Amino acid sequence: MEIGSEEEKMGFEETELRLGLPGNGGSTEGEVARKRGFSETEATTMDLKLKLSSKDAGMDLNEKAKNLKKEKNLLTADPAKHHAKAQVVGWPPVRSFRKNMLAVQKGSTEESDNKASGNAAFVKVSVDGAPYLRKVDLKTYQSYQELSDALGKMFSSFTIGMKDFMNESKLMDVLNSSDYVPTYEDKVGDWMLVGDVPWEMFVDTCKRLRIMKGKEAIGLAPRAMEKCSNRS
Amino acid sequence: MQRMACSFPDEVLEHVFSFVQCDNDRNAISTVCKSWYKIERWSRRRVFVGNCYAISPDMVIRRFPDVRSIELKGKPHFADFNLVPDGWGGYVAPWISAMAAAYPWLEEIRLKRMVITDENLELISKSFKNFKVLVLSSCEGFSTDGLAAIAANCRNLRELDLRESEVEDLSGHWLKHFPDDYTSLVSLNIACLGCEVSFSALERLVGRCPNLRTLRLNRAVPLDKLANLLRRAPQLVELGTGAYSSELRPDVFSNLSGAFSGCKELKSLSGFWDVVPGYLPAVYPICCRLTTLNLSYATIQSPDLIKLVGQCQNLQRLWVLDYIEDAGLDAVAASCKDLRELRVFPSDPYGPEPNVPLTEQGLVSISEGCSKLQSVLYFCRQMSNAALMTIARNRPNMTRFRLCIIEPGTPDYLTLQPLDVGFGAIVEHCKDLQRLSLSGLLTDLVFEYIGTYAKKLEMLSVAFAGESDLGLHHVLSGCEKLRKLEIRDCPFGDKALLANAAKLETMRSLWMSSCSVTFGACKLLGQKMPRLNVEVIDERGTPDSRPESCPIDKLYIYRTVAGSRFDMPGFVWTIDEDSAMRLS
Repeated sequence: MEIGSEEEKMGFEETELRLGLPGNGGSTEGEVARKRGFSETEATTMDLKLKLSSKDAGMDLNEKAKNLKKEKNLLTADPAKHHAKAQVVGWPPVRSFRKNMLAVQKGSTEESDNKASGNAAFVKVSVDGAPYLRKVDLKTYQSYQELSDALGKMFSSFTIGMKDFMNESKLMDVLNSSDYVPTYEDKVGDWMLVGDVPWEMFVDTCKRLRIMKGKEAIGLAPRAMEKCSNRS
Repeated sequence: MQRMACSFPDEVLEHVFSFVQCDNDRNAISTVCKSWYKIERWSRRRVFVGNCYAISPDMVIRRFPDVRSIELKGKPHFADFNLVPDGWGGYVAPWISAMAAAYPWLEEIRLKRMVITDENLELISKSFKNFKVLVLSSCEGFSTDGLAAIAANCRNLRELDLRESEVEDLSGHWLKHFPDDYTSLVSLNIACLGCEVSFSALERLVGRCPNLRTLRLNRAVPLDKLANLLRRAPQLVELGTGAYSSELRPDVFSNLSGAFSGCKELKSLSGFWDVVPGYLPAVYPICCRLTTLNLSYATIQSPDLIKLVGQCQNLQRLWVLDYIEDAGLDAVAASCKDLRELRVFPSDPYGPEPNVPLTEQGLVSISEGCSKLQSVLYFCRQMSNAALMTIARNRPNMTRFRLCIIEPGTPDYLTLQPLDVGFGAIVEHCKDLQRLSLSGLLTDLVFEYIGTYAKKLEMLSVAFAGESDLGLHHVLSGCEKLRKLEIRDCPFGDKALLANAAKLETMRSLWMSSCSVTFGACKLLGQKMPRLNVEVIDERGTPDSRPESCPIDKLYIYRTVAGSRFDMPGFVWTIDEDSAMRLS
């Protein structure tokens, strides 16, 4: 049974282990009214002196801390030892269920073709007459124009103007010329003219791109014509 | 006084007491006099046991002979993060056995972080004729066979809620065990199940239960089947979708959109696994009615999130991934003026670098724009004292503040100082703060602020913080309402623990792992404090094989009137009054 003065309890001067047993009001000692206002401005220059009430026999906290540090033999005060490197067990504190769910979703994205829910949407691009195919990530573009520019650079010997397909007369000129026409295969396997649907939907549904010669794209044109007249 | 207390017949007093539901008030009633104690104990219908080892089933049954609803919690909170080894305990079996005999009219069982087996589930299903509610939160140890028993035998079941439990998926056929004439389902949450449940059985079940208000599906339920389910249950109030992806087809889209529009009571949405952004507009028609939105598994980017959340003017609770970015949180702050709770989870918690532009600024915006904000869980990679002070001043009504700065020991990124002052501002301004989680670079000073100001604090979580025992001492001696304290990787040792031993009896539990507590101190505590169980958890073998001054691995101390438990595994040691080391 320990009935020490407040000072004795607070100051860890002795090395022997002192037990704060029930009955001496261990946890409620010192209803210290410490008013410390936080300055409204930056915290960096604040000098926070921890002043205790006179109950504690004038021993202020800084002194006590110093005493404590002197007496430390068992304990390492070095916080760096307790600061972990990466991949510590249970840190950051994310539940297994959540970890597993996120991992599973990322995994399935990589497996399936062009799943738009993932971080990338790579599609193969073939150009009629070109000796090899390319791959582009549709997610790196925000609009048909950007894609068109990028493809133009990639296959610089060909000219492609996707926005022109919005314009009826231009459409016929282009289709009758030997210009190239971008088409795409959608998720159900149909070959469509690029430019009909909103960009986001295009990114979600496009499985591969094929840049066709204008004359061969005429079979696809009526739909585009329909869409043009609906829009105007 | 005595005459007055006896002047009412027991039935009248019992009727009066029936209006008092809160446990604390009931406890107070029971201390007035013997007569009131007796009447109260016979009429107590609901019991909450925050630590299943704090009391034995028999003691509960002896005191309260006619309980209809019980809630039990098992493992310590840090078990969620794999810090409690498998097999530690939390078995519900003894409780079910005892209650099967004593409480034939038991209606509700709610368990959290407990181990429940298929045998236990079968016993439940056969012992309680009027069984209505089973909630298993973060539980484990059972399979879909156990669920089949519940479905088959609990004719009056209203709620089956498996939130985030670990279930062994043997088959999806368990759902078929609900009899064809069973129609009383009100709430079904199977979001944690991995396997495909029998969809036709699910459709029929949903169709014949007119009171169904909560339906949380698992990922295996495809999006194109969701519309059918919704049309069978337009009265739903809470919905968790399955996988929210399908190839974009206008007919599927309009079917889904129509089905959502038909749900006029829908207030809560969750699920959204594998989201295809093109289908998000299907929920736009109901956004204005939503009060709860859980997008924390939805890996969609900020622009799509903003479009969605921007329409939810009545949102009170938002859970989301950090893909929302600071910009998205700005939008939330502008649109969701009724927001009470925000949780932002990390999309890439183990990556070394930030993968999204989400910083302290997002939280500051929310604190400025959402005047009703009370509860925050926020994962981020940088923080400043200035931001914390701003948040504290903006939101003195905050009651739960959990901040996780992903890299341990991260200082204020502007000043490179510890974050003591920032958290100090939080506890100083938020006078009703009940729960706090700390992170970042922190010295003993933050604990002094906490001990000084956090007078209503009930739960504190600490990791990689502090410099000396003084830190722990401040908390144990200053936080009057502290019930749960969990600490990991802090340089706290024996002195503060022993000097505040009495405090430990006023708390539910203390967890300390990877700190500097010695086995000698544990033994001393165990010997002197008979109403505490001092459990040393150490997978390196018996602590006696190491010097007494060697720090133990994990320590779990909890108050109990049941004495040492008998189901401890080989890696848990307790010390009792004989000062002999006890193994179970």
